[in-house]
Amino acid sequence: MKHLISAGDLSRDEALLILDTAEELARVSERSIKKLPTLRGRTVVNLFFEDSTRTRISFEAAAKRLSADVINFSAKGSSVSKGESLKDTALTLEAMGADAVVIRHGASGAPHRLANWVRGSVLNAGDGTHEHPTQALLDAFSMRQRLGRLEGLKVAIVGDILHSRVARSNVLLLSTLGAEVTLVAPPTLLPVSVERWPCQVSYDLDAVLPKADVVMMLRVQLERMNAAYFPSAREYSRRYGLDRDRFARLHDDAIVMHPGPMNRGMEISAEVADSPRSTIVEQVGNGVTVRMAALYLLIGGENQ
Amino acid sequence: MNFPMTHAQNQLARAVLEGPDIHRALTRIAHEILERTRGASDVVLLGIPTRGATLAHRLAERVAQFEGVQVPVGSIDITMYRDDLRLGPARPLGKTDVPAGGIDGRTVVLVDDVLFSGRTVRAALDALGDIGRPKAVQLATLVDRGHRELPIRADYVGKNLPTAKSEKVKVLLSEIDGRDAVELLKGADR
Repeated sequence: MKHLISAGDLSRDEALLILDTAEELARVSERSIKKLPTLRGRTVVNLFFEDSTRTRISFEAAAKRLSADVINFSAKGSSVSKGESLKDTALTLEAMGADAVVIRHGASGAPHRLANWVRGSVLNAGDGTHEHPTQALLDAFSMRQRLGRLEGLKVAIVGDILHSRVARSNVLLLSTLGAEVTLVAPPTLLPVSVERWPCQVSYDLDAVLPKADVVMMLRVQLERMNAAYFPSAREYSRRYGLDRDRFARLHDDAIVMHPGPMNRGMEISAEVADSPRSTIVEQVGNGVTVRMAALYLLIGGENQ
Repeated sequence: MNFPMTHAQNQLARAVLEGPDIHRALTRIAHEILERTRGASDVVLLGIPTRGATLAHRLAERVAQFEGVQVPVGSIDITMYRDDLRLGPARPLGKTDVPAGGIDGRTVVLVDDVLFSGRTVRAALDALGDIGRPKAVQLATLVDRGHRELPIRADYVGKNLPTAKSEKVKVLLSEIDGRDAVELLKGADR
């Protein structure tokens, strides 16, 4: 493993190695000294061209807990706003000797391009509507922690699949790990290529819910919507929102996930989001340990 | 410390300790721990995975058997503290399991299967420092094969085994390998 760009690049063994490593590293977060010397002298650059709170903080915390030096770069207030290209930015980072570059970019495929320009490892922290592999890894980690297994788990991913990099990465990773994924969305919010994805598709949330072990609600990404995908927010919420009545139809051990940020009252009601069967807060903590595992496995060993 | 072994190497293996020898050595070490720590009342046994952790559990059983003292026992993985991480691909992590009472103010006995360069023990001392502040740290090892590269020595030794640097020492334990033995492998493949 040199880069982490797509969840589809991970073999079953590699994905399990990341999850197992994260499980051991989770104990570090419980200690009074939450730091390991492993990446001393290594530099991790956070290159964020899009807004992000939890992913950027999560990567920063992960790198710092492994003793790496962290350089944060956000496009606002940098030379990018003066018109510098991704390649020139990459070459600048290269000159600084970055061992790993964590990139979030609005354009799908940007991390892939970047991987050809820098010598260090590239970690995709979300590119356009394409992929967000570390989110998928932390989701899988949270599922395994709560339910004890991934093999044979029935996972429903509900909402704006079309604009969701989280959905794509989750489908790819979960199918590698043996879970059965069903995407639930109105036809307008499903990508055209969805029949080639390793998952099932449904338009009817109420039919899917009683069988699901995990329900992952996605945010409706209004900022990426340049057309009318559904008649009104109210109608969307009525047909695809997870409210108290739908929540009651889940079986007793089922869990509710959300990658955040949430639109409370839209895709998920506040009551459901705050219930003990929701993993939304622990997903954040698990994000740090999973990203520590990914950073360690990518740049903890010899220089490639 | 264990090494991957090919069939060809296997034929060159010579058993230097058999099951009963290991049994006797551990029994003696358990007695020595009890003697040196005056009853082992504040002792925590921490094994270095994989086989050190197994040995730590065996020692705890014996201490309980001899004097009825339940010594807290756990394991401490040192992978993230190694000084040779950059010499190979990233290694999978072993299990760290610190007993609930912690190690602050207690006598920690580190347990490993083979003491060689001393670098593993150095890493373990660093790892301990991040978990707490023990009153004292001691070291128990089943085999001391010499060739130290750091100023480290063991407090309890099962067997001093003179070796050539090119030779390999392989410890087999029934919990993991199905039988107890310590084998010396000639370094013929070098």
